[in-house]
Amino acid sequence: MGELETQQLAAMQNEKDIYEEHVLDHYEDPFHRGPLEDATHAHEANNPLCGDVIHIDLRLDSEGKIEQAWFDGEGCVISQASASMLVEAIEGKTVEELREFSADDMLNLFGPKLTPNRQKCCLLSWRVLQGAVHSPLDGEEEDQDGLNFGGPSLKEES
Amino acid sequence: MTSNGEQMPDIATDPRPVDFSGDLAKYREDFPILSRSVSSGEPLIFLDNAASTQRPRAVIDAISHCYEHYYANVHRGIHTLSEESTQRYEQARATVADFVHAASPKEIVFCAGTTAAINTVARSWGDANIGAGDVILLTIAEHHANIVPWHQLAERTGCKVEFIPLGEDHTIADEQVAEALARWQPKLFSFVATSNVLGTEFPVERWVALARQHNATVLVDAAQAAPHEKVDVQAWDADFVVFSGHKICGPGGIGVLYGKEQQLESMPPFLGGGAMIHRVTTSGYEPAGLPEKFEAGTPPIADAIGLEAAINYVSDIGLERIAAHERALCQVADSGLRGIDGVRVIGPTPELKGGIVSFVIDGVHSHDIAHQLDTAGIAVRAGHHCTMPLHKALGLNSTTRASFYLYNTIDEVHQLIESVRELRAKFAPSGRRRRRR
Repeated sequence: MGELETQQLAAMQNEKDIYEEHVLDHYEDPFHRGPLEDATHAHEANNPLCGDVIHIDLRLDSEGKIEQAWFDGEGCVISQASASMLVEAIEGKTVEELREFSADDMLNLFGPKLTPNRQKCCLLSWRVLQGAVHSPLDGEEEDQDGLNFGGPSLKEES
Repeated sequence: MTSNGEQMPDIATDPRPVDFSGDLAKYREDFPILSRSVSSGEPLIFLDNAASTQRPRAVIDAISHCYEHYYANVHRGIHTLSEESTQRYEQARATVADFVHAASPKEIVFCAGTTAAINTVARSWGDANIGAGDVILLTIAEHHANIVPWHQLAERTGCKVEFIPLGEDHTIADEQVAEALARWQPKLFSFVATSNVLGTEFPVERWVALARQHNATVLVDAAQAAPHEKVDVQAWDADFVVFSGHKICGPGGIGVLYGKEQQLESMPPFLGGGAMIHRVTTSGYEPAGLPEKFEAGTPPIADAIGLEAAINYVSDIGLERIAAHERALCQVADSGLRGIDGVRVIGPTPELKGGIVSFVIDGVHSHDIAHQLDTAGIAVRAGHHCTMPLHKALGLNSTTRASFYLYNTIDEVHQLIESVRELRAKFAPSGRRRRRR
């Protein structure tokens, strides 16, 4: 059984606590957190309602494969831990494979079941990643739509 | 006097003890929702009252009774139900007028809520009285509902929106207000009576008096004040006072715009349509008198009646007693939370605020705090609470807010404190090393 499957099984066994050990592990000791100096692609987005920010740097090789993926940012446990899980999971994948990596795939990768409001936190890094593959740092190709994925919104009170 | 002839309880004449904890179990039974549990299975501890309170049976029943027995559209109806509905709707207005001590029910305009009320003033009074270069003065503690309508007015007219900054200990001193009034000479000073984040209670009467020295028109946002303290519009002397029904145990979708009669008379109608007219021809219209001039369309009839029931409910308990109860809870919450390592309370000391305690935990995001508290059954609010400029001024992205109302218990406050202590320990860095890479 792979590591991912183990994590998902653990998640199903305890849906009540979204702050499982492996989530807190990723939060406190993340994978590839920081800048990637020779990045070829990068993107950043935030959620102004809760202040979560995620930045992703990618290095793509000539065949469109992701050699390295790094993230940085600040925000809640869900947004930061899910970004760590995501950049870990996508290294070695092709841009084509990334396109097929859906929001549901992202939520499954995270594991614990999230309410619609917290799904937004989890999907921030996924949205940034989808934007990053279309945002080469040499500026040839710009995709302004990268920021505007649909998804649960977090309306606020009063 | 309320419209049904009962004297409102008053601290000076009310023989009952200020401490109503002996009656608390009875009051809690009035609120059916308080007996439910949350998704984790824990019993509900509802500490999100500053966002919206819960409804007592009396309010739910008043609305049901209206729909079951006499509902019809109001005004100009000839039939029995319309006559009855109209009479109850207007009685609700009279009760609101008594509740805020307005000189006349004509000064009470029903609208959708605080936001709608402020927008009405901005569109009607603002468009008629404000021009390029004029200043609208606010405090930095305003809710977006008392900021955005003025930004929009600025877009239309070229006026400027200026803010009074926070002073010491999350309050604003009278001197700061006087200084800002002298400096900006605003046409309008619009300020919040009680901050929905800091809990700070500002001295409304003194600030209105200061504004008068500079001939500023004054709007008071009483959304967080009306549920907890006596709003006396004549003592306050503001031109406009606004509040929402749903924060005072009433229904959603109804709020109150109080305006001095002379002010409202001088203002053009904002929304046009049925009910707000005296006569319509193919070439124009004549507006109706007060308050219909500002109530275009079919009004929220059952909601107005529900609001009246809510006002009677809190008045029967006594606003002063409610305020004293909340203050006692706030005192315990404030000192308990301040006593936890890494927790910072964002707001003044308890003597200066109502039943609101906002806080941050170093290194823990407010959404994680709120989520973890929810698993313990505790409903709090996390985020910027529609006060982004205030949070920016405080250097914070977000805060977590616990807010109390008449039905909260001291046990619930202790559970809040204990849960915050536990979650701080859970999220505090523990020197984790993740599995091998």
